[in-house]
Amino acid sequence: MIRMNRLLCIAILILSAALAAGKASAQSADLKPLIAALAVGNFADREKAVAALAATGDPAAVPALNALAEGDLYAHKSDKAVVIAKKAPGRSFSLTDPLTGADLGTVNSREVSKVKVNNGLRRSIRTALAGLTLMSPDRNIRLTAADGIFKAGQADSIEALDAAIAAEQDAEVKTLMQEARAVAVLSSELPAEAKTEALDILALRGDRDALSVILGFRPSAGEELSAQTDAAIARIEGSLANWEAAQNIWYGISLGSVLLLAAIGLAITFGVMGVINMAHGEMVMLGAYTTFVVQEFIRNSAPALFDYSLAIALPLAFLVSASVGLCIERGIIRHLYGRPLETLLATWGLSLVLQQAVRTIFGPTNREVGNPEWMSGAFEIGHMTITYNRMWIILFSLLVFGVLLLVLRKTSFGLQMRAVTQNRAMAASMGIRTPWIDGLTFALGSGVAGLAGVALSQIDNVSPNLGQGYIIDSFMVVVFGGVGNLWGTFVGAMTLGVVNKFLEPYAGAVLGKILVLVFIILFIQKRPRGLFALKGRSVEA
Amino acid sequence: MISTWLFGRMQRPVMAAAILLVALAVLVPVLHLSLPQSHALHVPTYIVALTGKYLTYALLALALDLVWGFCGILSLGHGAFFALGGYAMGMYLMRQIGTRGVYGDPILPDFMVFLNYKELPWFWYGFDHFWLAAIMIVAVPGLLAFVFGWFAFRSRVTGVYLSIITQALTYALMLAFFRNNMGFGGNNGLTDFKDILGFDIQADATRSALFAASALALAGGLVISSAIVGSKFGKVLVAVRDSESRVRFLGYRVEHVKLFVFVVSACMAGIAGALYVPQVGIINPGEFAPANSIEVVIWTAVGGRGTLVGPIIGALLVNGTKSFFTAALPELWLFVLGGLFIFVTVFMPKGIVGSLNDLRERGWFGRKRENRDKELPEESIQTAAAE
Repeated sequence: MIRMNRLLCIAILILSAALAAGKASAQSADLKPLIAALAVGNFADREKAVAALAATGDPAAVPALNALAEGDLYAHKSDKAVVIAKKAPGRSFSLTDPLTGADLGTVNSREVSKVKVNNGLRRSIRTALAGLTLMSPDRNIRLTAADGIFKAGQADSIEALDAAIAAEQDAEVKTLMQEARAVAVLSSELPAEAKTEALDILALRGDRDALSVILGFRPSAGEELSAQTDAAIARIEGSLANWEAAQNIWYGISLGSVLLLAAIGLAITFGVMGVINMAHGEMVMLGAYTTFVVQEFIRNSAPALFDYSLAIALPLAFLVSASVGLCIERGIIRHLYGRPLETLLATWGLSLVLQQAVRTIFGPTNREVGNPEWMSGAFEIGHMTITYNRMWIILFSLLVFGVLLLVLRKTSFGLQMRAVTQNRAMAASMGIRTPWIDGLTFALGSGVAGLAGVALSQIDNVSPNLGQGYIIDSFMVVVFGGVGNLWGTFVGAMTLGVVNKFLEPYAGAVLGKILVLVFIILFIQKRPRGLFALKGRSVEA
Repeated sequence: MISTWLFGRMQRPVMAAAILLVALAVLVPVLHLSLPQSHALHVPTYIVALTGKYLTYALLALALDLVWGFCGILSLGHGAFFALGGYAMGMYLMRQIGTRGVYGDPILPDFMVFLNYKELPWFWYGFDHFWLAAIMIVAVPGLLAFVFGWFAFRSRVTGVYLSIITQALTYALMLAFFRNNMGFGGNNGLTDFKDILGFDIQADATRSALFAASALALAGGLVISSAIVGSKFGKVLVAVRDSESRVRFLGYRVEHVKLFVFVVSACMAGIAGALYVPQVGIINPGEFAPANSIEVVIWTAVGGRGTLVGPIIGALLVNGTKSFFTAALPELWLFVLGGLFIFVTVFMPKGIVGSLNDLRERGWFGRKRENRDKELPEESIQTAAAE
């Protein structure tokens, strides 16, 4: 009974939405005599009235039918006007209009009499209701109705579903109806063949809802069906495991793309200058704050441009971080060439200064950076949820990676950069201005960090500590991937991302991360120069 | 004979520093305990606690200098050894609380009762004995350094790569100790200590004793370090720093040299941590934070790496400045620290003591003297630059 109530409630909810659209007032005039007919005559007359109501196909009739099935439909003794009555305190009823839902006040219980129903009538009401919702011209109403039956799964909705399936044109709705019918079949007294078929349909659906339906059916399966039931459960669990693995890979790629964005600039500077720039995280942070400033500006002066804010922020963030990077190189790092460990320390000092500077200017709390329209929301592929912001970040990181690869391979700047990476002294004697290359490389690496900051501002808190959170992970990626090869960084980032996400369900997020760190420490023992080690004379420096 | 080995080749500034520390170990407690508070020479409690803490920092910086300044291993994870020593001491102090905890459990520390532990984890057994805790304070960091170093040096992981994996080590340990089910108190760490060796940890006499112990430990660290550095082994050590491949080709087992000094340094750091914990009254996983380890590098760099007195001066100076700034101008502290780091690495690569030595060599202080401190000669910097 409770289940049926839920089903009816769902129907009411759907239809009240339709009522709100304003169709009701136009059609309610036609319905009025039909509803009034519910209160007169015997059960046979009432059945005819219900059938007539169902024949209109008008959702406005649903509340009245519901009330009738529940025994809440009453008629005034004086003028036979039909009302929905709910018990109020004292011996009175509060009345509502069955068509408009308008409040009609309270009356003494003696003034109204109940419209009587029997089981036969209830059955025809349910068929009528299912017909009104499952056959509704609105596709969404049909979907929700089918979904409601799927969740409630009552044997007596089979007939209505059969009729609806026969009439249904939309493939998706039809599938859902068939699945709902399968659930209903499982709870019915139908023979085993029908149930086997139902199990197949549900196994094909293959999600957690289907699994819980079948698991609920398992105890009552009986001998002849237990094998099929177990097979269906195994099939669903297998497909769920596959989807879960796919989802984990997706999360891993997503994490990997974030790592790639954060680390790739570092890899460039590290590869060319042999120094890990500890202030790299702060370049990322500067990019994120640039996004914040751009969005603030747009919010205040041109709100219409908000959806383009990221596109505007990208070049600006690149410029801001690149110019800061150039200043750092010219001002500090230039003096420290050949002393990689000390550069590491100086840039660490710099990162503290930059953090404190941002904290002083923007305050220590998180600043809000909004997601543009096209970056919010999610969609589903199979049983996998994909959020737009993650998807765009993956695409963006691949784009940045591809462009950098092109710059390194196809431009003369890239050629010179690679020459300096491989053998600084020889490059210098071939006429390459190595200080100039150093400066530009550092600016490029920092600029890419700025781009990463724009992307990360979409998924992380924009605070002065933003960079700190990524710097150690970025080190790990670069060290793991090896120097002087962007592919190393790519493979390193993706491997670490995917491994991390696969460890998480088994070991928990923190332990998973610890395991990854231990793995990197051990890996470095095996390959002290990373996955893609640079070979040649410059290696043993 | 041991004394010859220990003190024979000691340089004069190191000797002076060691004697000064021993003198402080006696003088400060006396001035603190025997003089009335109104007396001009009375040392107030907070000064004793603060300087005691600084001295443990100085010992940590000295330990780092031994591997970085003399052997060229830039460890960005020395804070891990410090914290491990601190945790060993903290475990002993937790067991000493006994029934005086909030929950009054005679065996289990408060946080274990809170986290529904039914019995003591096995690694807590025996920590109610000071001798075991004392062994662990040295053994745990030493063992970790041995295992880590054995793998890393054998595989010839050097330079930036080594720095990064030491950082990974301390980061991993930090994450591990933050976990509640590790059995080390999770992110709250160990705190609320009552007494040490039966003495009230808050009492003035205990604080003075801890200060004296820190000063003596630092003096001891200086003596041992100078003995190592002054010996023939010390010459090999410096040679490894300046040209590792050359030393290897000469037939030395470079990885053994590095491993030995790394383990000694880790043990020193562990002792420093153990003395630090009772003086500040808490140890938590934050001590493992990579930033802390890098800060130790700052102290050493500022004071002068490759000198024995330098890191001590650096640690005291930087921390003194930090205490001043965080109290008076908290906004500016990171600017100062960062600026100091940049300034020192760019303009004073040898640190304060190293630069003073340079000036003395050039005859700035009276007659030109023979260069006594050869720890970081010009040549080594040039060699490093050539790399």
